[in-house]
Amino acid sequence: MSIHFALVGNQNCGKSTLFNYLTGSNQHVGNFPGVTVQKKEGALLRVPDASVIDLPGIYSLSPYTSEEIVTRDLLLYNKPDAIINVIDATNIERSLYLSLQLIELNIPMIIALNMMDELTASGGSIDIKAMSEALTIPVVPITANSGEGVAELVRQAISLAENKRLPERLDFCSGPVHTAIHAIAHLIERKVRAKGLPLRFSSTKLIEGDSIFAHELELSPNELDIIGHFTEEMETSLGTDREAALADMRYAYIEKLCASTVHKPVHTDAQMRSVKIDYYLTHKYFALPIFVAIMGLIFWLTFDVIGSFLSSLLEEGIDAVTATADAGLTALDISAPMHSLIIDGIFSGVGSVLSFLPTIITLFFFLSLLEDSGYMARVAFVMDKLLRKIGLSGSSFVPMIIGFGCSVPAIMATRTLASERDRKMTIMLTPFMSCSAKLPIYGIFIAAFFPDNGSLVMLSLYFLGIIMAVLSGLLLKSLIYKGKPVPFVMELPAYRLPTSRNILLHMWSKAKDFLHKAFTIIFLASIVIWFLQSFDTRFYMVDASESMIAQIGRLIAPIFAPLGFGSWQAATSLLTGLTAKEVVISTLSVLAVGTNGAPALNDMFSGLTAYTFLVYCLLYPPCVAALATIRREMNSSMHTLVIIIYQLAVAWLAAFIVRHIGLLLGFN
Amino acid sequence: MQKDILTLDKLPLGQSGIIQTVGGEGILRRRLLDMGLTPKTKVMVRKKAPLGDPLEIFLRGYELTLRADEAAKITVLPEGDEK
Repeated sequence: MSIHFALVGNQNCGKSTLFNYLTGSNQHVGNFPGVTVQKKEGALLRVPDASVIDLPGIYSLSPYTSEEIVTRDLLLYNKPDAIINVIDATNIERSLYLSLQLIELNIPMIIALNMMDELTASGGSIDIKAMSEALTIPVVPITANSGEGVAELVRQAISLAENKRLPERLDFCSGPVHTAIHAIAHLIERKVRAKGLPLRFSSTKLIEGDSIFAHELELSPNELDIIGHFTEEMETSLGTDREAALADMRYAYIEKLCASTVHKPVHTDAQMRSVKIDYYLTHKYFALPIFVAIMGLIFWLTFDVIGSFLSSLLEEGIDAVTATADAGLTALDISAPMHSLIIDGIFSGVGSVLSFLPTIITLFFFLSLLEDSGYMARVAFVMDKLLRKIGLSGSSFVPMIIGFGCSVPAIMATRTLASERDRKMTIMLTPFMSCSAKLPIYGIFIAAFFPDNGSLVMLSLYFLGIIMAVLSGLLLKSLIYKGKPVPFVMELPAYRLPTSRNILLHMWSKAKDFLHKAFTIIFLASIVIWFLQSFDTRFYMVDASESMIAQIGRLIAPIFAPLGFGSWQAATSLLTGLTAKEVVISTLSVLAVGTNGAPALNDMFSGLTAYTFLVYCLLYPPCVAALATIRREMNSSMHTLVIIIYQLAVAWLAAFIVRHIGLLLGFN
Repeated sequence: MQKDILTLDKLPLGQSGIIQTVGGEGILRRRLLDMGLTPKTKVMVRKKAPLGDPLEIFLRGYELTLRADEAAKITVLPEGDEK
């Protein structure tokens, strides 16, 4: 008999820290079916036959965000054996608001009162016994960062689940709200029991006007009328509307409870410290320069110092393995096509992508540092006004910044966005941020054509990407995502030092994701490309210029003729570049062999067409890894296809316009 | 002397007030209420973002950010004047 726990709590309450402490690296991350809400599950360390699921951080059980719906559905229909409700002791009033709703679900429940160390250090205290008695559920003080109290929490949670001890008291209301809830409960009791739903919770949700619930219970028009009547009666006697009445009722109870059990200074030490830190980090004049400096430092460390150092080490390792395999295949006298498939196809394809692993992990190290410390919320706060102009909110800024590094983690980072609309828009715009894999393309073309104006060309490309994202944002806002921008109401958590356990586990999970991708999608893509560039249509092994891919290149080359780079080599390189942007360069070097290994670009491009080609490379659809991520995060092949077509169109048009402006200005 | 009721976005920086009404509708209103912005709650405007919007407010022992548009839907009575 195994026990299933569900971790429920607000954002920033330390829920993930507790989850990591409970499960170690013993966790699986996935999505809930049908929605892009992350689902983390794991077996409890040191406890046989017990597992825990980490539900999204939410503030209420109303059905407005996909996180709330997912949490609610899981608690209602896949009843866990017990709920572990994590509460931030330094922020107790708002945390208990969710607890009161959870108690209504009538599932065994325990409260983990987290961050007790912080509260105590600031001279605060909580009368645990009195609070536990008032709520009729166990309350255990813990400090998830150090693990203090967690063993006791687990012990009590297990005994709770084994004895199926339910909260004794579900009712925290009084007056007209009480009357209405009970009247409605009486009315719907039979239907609710038949569905196996919690009565008290159903009744409250119906008063709140929760249409999903009314539908679920298959209430008759007559019953809905009566419910409406009870609710209106309650509204009249309270002089307020239904939503405010219930929120008010819960908070009124919480205030009373806290007045008798919680002793807490107005600000805890961590909050005081945060106000002081924010004096600079969200300062009227310093905020933006500090942000630019922090991001600059992270990119420099990731792409220039740590990441690239580790990546080049790994690259050497991969080269060594490749050379050994090459020699081995030769020694074993493996047939030429097979040899070529393994070395030129799989090893070079997977290897070139694999070498990015350290860079990506380094980037994620810094990003999780920013996220866990609480700085990301400040960035959203500072940038919100700018992003609102293109129909987004401050929270979209972070993924876009990551996009300068790599679109894959950037698109994954949109998971933190609350609204689906913002998420989709951000995913569409992020690939316009010039990713680091495009740097080699710029570098080689600049060396060949613009040796004197290198940084100018580079900067112009980065800016063009940003401009196209802004224009696309405006376009999307006025055409497709017309709706009002979602409200931006977000907690600014106190700054806290991230724990190394959280950061390491985060990096490990990203590394796993990336390795999985390298050995599935990239592996397959490498084989396909190798096949296409090694064989002709009659499956004879031929030189690349005679291969299927060259023929496809010739087929699509006319599309690029108006842009000035209609050679089949250029077309082919753009095509293969879809596997990874660096492949544009490696393809050109195979197809247009020049002196000392460098591609003979000067035969194929003029200065103007070279720049136009770079513009096209900047804007055309990202690599398969990014496209696969888009597909996964959007949960729709149709949407992904639309994005690809849109980006192809934007890239072509932008390159066309750039070319013609260039011609008008007399460039060649 | 009785001070007038203001909307939250008009409350001067550093000043506290007591929430009187919470307007808006649907998801926004629900969210404001869920976050603890209920009538009779004390709030203080901590600061404005560098570009003038959104606002950072302090209530129920924590910091919350919301846009001026949203704050304009909440009315407050500046503190010290509720007699």
